Amino acid sequence: MRFDSLADSVGRTPLVGLPRLSPSPEVRLWAKLEQNNPTGSIKDRAALWMIADGEKRGVLTPGATVLEPTSGNTGISLAMVCRQRGYRLVCVMPENTSIERRQLLQMWGAEIRYSPAAGGSNEAVAVAKRLAAENPDWIMLYQYGNAANAQAHYETTGPEILEDLPNITHFVAGLGTTGTLMGTGRYLREHVPGISIVAAEPRYGELVYGLRNIDEGFVPELYDPSVLTSRYSVGPKEALRRTRELVQEEGIFAGISTGAILHAAMGVAERAVRDGRPAEIAVIVCDGGWKYLSTGAYAGTLEEAEAALEGQLWA
Amino acid sequence: MAVQVRVPTILRTYTGGAKLVEGTGDTIAALFLDLDSRYDGLRGRLVTGDDGSELHRFVNIYINDEDVRFLGGLDAKLGDGDEVTILPAVAGGSADARL
Repeated sequence: MRFDSLADSVGRTPLVGLPRLSPSPEVRLWAKLEQNNPTGSIKDRAALWMIADGEKRGVLTPGATVLEPTSGNTGISLAMVCRQRGYRLVCVMPENTSIERRQLLQMWGAEIRYSPAAGGSNEAVAVAKRLAAENPDWIMLYQYGNAANAQAHYETTGPEILEDLPNITHFVAGLGTTGTLMGTGRYLREHVPGISIVAAEPRYGELVYGLRNIDEGFVPELYDPSVLTSRYSVGPKEALRRTRELVQEEGIFAGISTGAILHAAMGVAERAVRDGRPAEIAVIVCDGGWKYLSTGAYAGTLEEAEAALEGQLWA
Repeated sequence: MAVQVRVPTILRTYTGGAKLVEGTGDTIAALFLDLDSRYDGLRGRLVTGDDGSELHRFVNIYINDEDVRFLGGLDAKLGDGDEVTILPAVAGGSADARL
């Protein structure tokens, strides 16, 4: 396949079967390998769409400064696109995200501003909003509320999956900004009657939920629960176990959030087997495991890995 | 129905610091009333509306890790030995775990 530039090669990722993890020939799991995108994660889709949308609306002009709260992948994707198009990028990220992520962002030319670890991504969003108010000429794309984020998946991820798996019965993805689930979910619901859209939400250690008050909580503006069929909370132990199973059984070296998604998908598959119903389940592999090596997720026993993840934003 | 309830850090002021408490009820609504009889004020942080008929926007409740908003909300049914987890809604991680 030939493309005019790297950004043009975003998407069209492979959908591969998981024959060893699938419970039966009638209940099958399929993995959408988003680590095959140019910077190695599903976020290339949202980043490209948000930048293109900003240009189309005329808010992004040559030499502009782009601002975004991001713990990694979106920032890396935005940095790649911004560098090529001549924009400056400022990322706000919690100080407890992995060293690889920081180095990758800096390598692609992004500037980093840190937010306190306590409060997690919530705090990064708050700091970014403050910076945006102080610098009115900066453009915050704001992935949590930018319709172009979900639209990227409505226009690409959804159609790609349906083309490769026309008899799909379940779509399982991670819930962060909610862009993947909202966009892909809407597209699939419009085209596949009765499809189940399943969200897997990472459950972090206590530190990440360090709000002072319930009313400081956050729900992404993009989130529309009517798109979902069910939503599961997956803790670090299950996410790690499935991440390791995925590489051991199927040879796919994925990040930890993918383990959380796989865990929810395996639950869906087990229920289908129990109910005697066939199922074709598409699972998102968000990114590869490289960026998470320093977290200790892949070394030692599961218990050691879980202890190492405490207090980190692993997804 | 006796269930185990996991309480997040910011609500432990109501449970005397306890992380795990026991409760009873056939539904989430009934469980909250039962908890409130021992942990005064806890229910008021979890529900909104005049009669407490709605789950607080920034509170997520899970029965055995499944979000109750997709199981009937406050009317979601509880079974003996179920695990209920209360969590505040926070911004997600990245790579769809991800930001």
